[in-house]
Amino acid sequence: MKISDIQKILEAEVICKADMLEREVKAACGSDMMSDVLAFVKEQAALLTGLVNPQVVRTAEMMDMHCIIFVRGKRPTLDMIEMAEDRDMVMLCTELEMFTACGKLYSEGLRGGSGK
Amino acid sequence: MDSIRLHYLVPGDDFTRAGAASSDVKRTLKELGVAPSVIRNVSIAMYEGEINMVIHAGGGDIDVEITENEIIMTLADKGPGIENLELAMKEGFSTAPDNIRCLGFGAGMGLPNIKKYTDEFRIDTKVGVGTTLHLKVYIQ
Ligand SMILES: Nc1ncnc2c1ncn2[C@@H]1O[C@H](COP(=O)(O)OP(=O)(O)OP(=O)(O)O)[C@@H](O)[C@H]1O
Ligand SMILES: [Mg+2]
Repeated sequence: MKISDIQKILEAEVICKADMLEREVKAACGSDMMSDVLAFVKEQAALLTGLVNPQVVRTAEMMDMHCIIFVRGKRPTLDMIEMAEDRDMVMLCTELEMFTACGKLYSEGLRGGSGK
Repeated sequence: MDSIRLHYLVPGDDFTRAGAASSDVKRTLKELGVAPSVIRNVSIAMYEGEINMVIHAGGGDIDVEITENEIIMTLADKGPGIENLELAMKEGFSTAPDNIRCLGFGAGMGLPNIKKYTDEFRIDTKVGVGTTLHLKVYIQ
């Protein structure tokens, strides 16, 4: 699925790196626990989270993720946006809550990239 | 290739900056053209270690040596040490307080994850003295 598809499905606002919306994501992962993202995600996935702090961007960076989606109306801070731009990561914001956002993406064919 | 040595001082009072060292190492390895899978293993292991230093030990020092065949990471802190290492290595064991959990960490997954992503893994720790992680990831 392309990031632009995710944006449409979640009716999300693009916060940064709009020039990279045509990139493909292979899977997605929804979590507010970065520890679990680091431990369970295998594929290069898109990250859905309601957590807002710079370690969200760092975690995505270490996992080679290209897209962070903030759910339930959460918005990244300016320094987080700068970090994401620097690392070529798209940031999206949706008003949907985590469960609904994940459910919508799943029903459109996107799958989890996790497993031990 | 001559081996490359990098040193980082990890401040213990700034959670927002934690991970800067791992980020820099990742960038360096990319520039050197190291295989993406190797970079990923190094990044995840070092980042988990760096975060641990900040949330459990008040910061510390990280030394990284990149040779032709391997990446050697040494993460040393003068924190409280780990009382029961066997327990600390178990998935799900964490002494992190609630405020750390609110920041997205403290699931007790870090140490087992570091072990998973490294080829060599050793911890020296002493209560009241500190903790040193010796990590190696092979390049093939
Ligand atoms: N550098 C350290 N100094 C002192 N104690 C440590 C250090 N690293 C780990 N520990 C202890 O070992 C426990 C397990 O560490 P681990 O990294 O597996 O989990 P965590 O840091 O609590 O949570 P997570 O890594 O999932 O965010 C910690 O809760 C802490 O008690
Ligand atoms: Mg940890």
